[in-house]
Amino acid sequence: MTTASIPRVIEAVWRIESARLIGGLARLVRDVALAEDLAQEALVTASERWPESGVPDNPGAWLMATAKNRALDELRRRALLRRKHAEIGHQIAVESASGRPDLAEALDDEVGDDVLRLMFVACHPVLSPEARVSLTLRLLGGLTTAEIARAFVIPEPTIAQRIVRAKRTITEARVPFELPSPPDRAARLSSVLEVVYLVFNEGYSATAGDDWLRPELCEDALRLGRTLAQLAPNEPEAHALLALMEIQASRARARVGSSGEPILLLEQDRSRWDPLLIQRGLAALARAEELGGSLGSYALQAAIAACHARARTADETDWVRMVALYDALGQLAPSPIVELNRAVAVGMAFGPAAGLQIVDGLAAEPLLGTYHLLQAVRRDLLVKIGRVDEARAAFERAAFLTRNARERDLLLARAKACR
Amino acid sequence: MRFMMLMIPKGYETAAPGTMPDPERMAAMMRYNESLQKAGVLLALDGLHPPSTGARVSFPGGKAKVVDGPFAEAKEVVGGYWMIQVKSREEAIEWARRCPGSENEMIEVRQVQEMTEFPPEVRKAAEGVKLAAQ
Repeated sequence: MTTASIPRVIEAVWRIESARLIGGLARLVRDVALAEDLAQEALVTASERWPESGVPDNPGAWLMATAKNRALDELRRRALLRRKHAEIGHQIAVESASGRPDLAEALDDEVGDDVLRLMFVACHPVLSPEARVSLTLRLLGGLTTAEIARAFVIPEPTIAQRIVRAKRTITEARVPFELPSPPDRAARLSSVLEVVYLVFNEGYSATAGDDWLRPELCEDALRLGRTLAQLAPNEPEAHALLALMEIQASRARARVGSSGEPILLLEQDRSRWDPLLIQRGLAALARAEELGGSLGSYALQAAIAACHARARTADETDWVRMVALYDALGQLAPSPIVELNRAVAVGMAFGPAAGLQIVDGLAAEPLLGTYHLLQAVRRDLLVKIGRVDEARAAFERAAFLTRNARERDLLLARAKACR
Repeated sequence: MRFMMLMIPKGYETAAPGTMPDPERMAAMMRYNESLQKAGVLLALDGLHPPSTGARVSFPGGKAKVVDGPFAEAKEVVGGYWMIQVKSREEAIEWARRCPGSENEMIEVRQVQEMTEFPPEVRKAAEGVKLAAQ
């Protein structure tokens, strides 16, 4: 006998099946919003029937069959209103009548493509970045609106509204349910990668709320990233992003101290890094490099993460290589954050004074002077050079500016230690 | 959370050295493994040689004692495992249900322990050993 409750089993089935279900339906009805509604209706039907009938042997096929019947009804209804839909209805009727008990197994590759198409639609540039994130977690991660709201510390109605609007935008913009072809493909793929990494980062260094890490969100992003690398196996940046996330996630256990305070990378107990995730990350990076992608933006970031992962102690880090990687990254995608990290690497490789020179150059820029990470890096370099009074002032300013409560405690403790 | 799905094939406890899965079953298993991979839940997997080429080390009276396989008293042995990362125990079980297992096979689903689950004194003991080793 199993102790599992039916609602929890249904939740698990949904997590496993929803993306394939919505993707498969979207291919049939050519409308992602309608596909999602149909899938949700099938889920409701399941939660009404399964407690009585038990969970079917092949729950995915059951959900698909139920949703397809609803789709057929819906399209017939629409066809009466608008004749031109009759053709699509016919197509579904033919597919339904062909009697394949398990669509998922018969059309495995096609199903994979459906999921990939769904990713491209959910991350379409016509949507705002926030809408892409919510829609991706909802359509591909199988998360409920409530779960997304909790994860991002945003009121549930806001997320619900965001998803409704996003679906409407996709319908109104007539975003086709297809894989983008070459001229657009690179840009569209990078939008997908960006969304996945946004989710990961929100879990890895929470910008809001009282916890430093939200591991569930990291796991959701990793799951999406692993799927993406499987479904787009020839895209080096898909593997590179996965490598980056796996290696960063490998440090999760070491990043938080026993009372919940964050521990910076170079001070972490490396024996607590997860060797399985490091190994997976290094393998994914090797795959990206084999595909000729070693100079991609995620590949360079993954190579930097790998550089840390390979060093047994912080002192053994190859800082000169690190500087070279940051140089390449800075040329490819110039950003103050990259420049700041380059300053850290330069400080380690060639002395704190050389690092501070870069940081002070950055701090002079109008928008960056108050950036909290920049101030913290500057403080570290000042401490190393021995300018403690300036270090303390920089630290207190950083504590004042962060929204994360745990980070603030850490910053204040460091400020106190400067004397 | 992570789960180990342990494959326990009946009869494997007495299987001859070098026993390999038959090709047809293997193809179905590969498809299953691929579905785990495409869903983004698979972390690692391995198959194990039969116990006839293995050994058991026990500790009667605190002293190591080695016995070579096969093990006459063994009723169930592990033939391989999958390590998966999923949202719930129910999801792990759902994945196990999808395995194209045969009549004589059984999958045991077990959650992997995380350090954070341990009581503080156990964690301290683990950290103490680490500090001493440094």
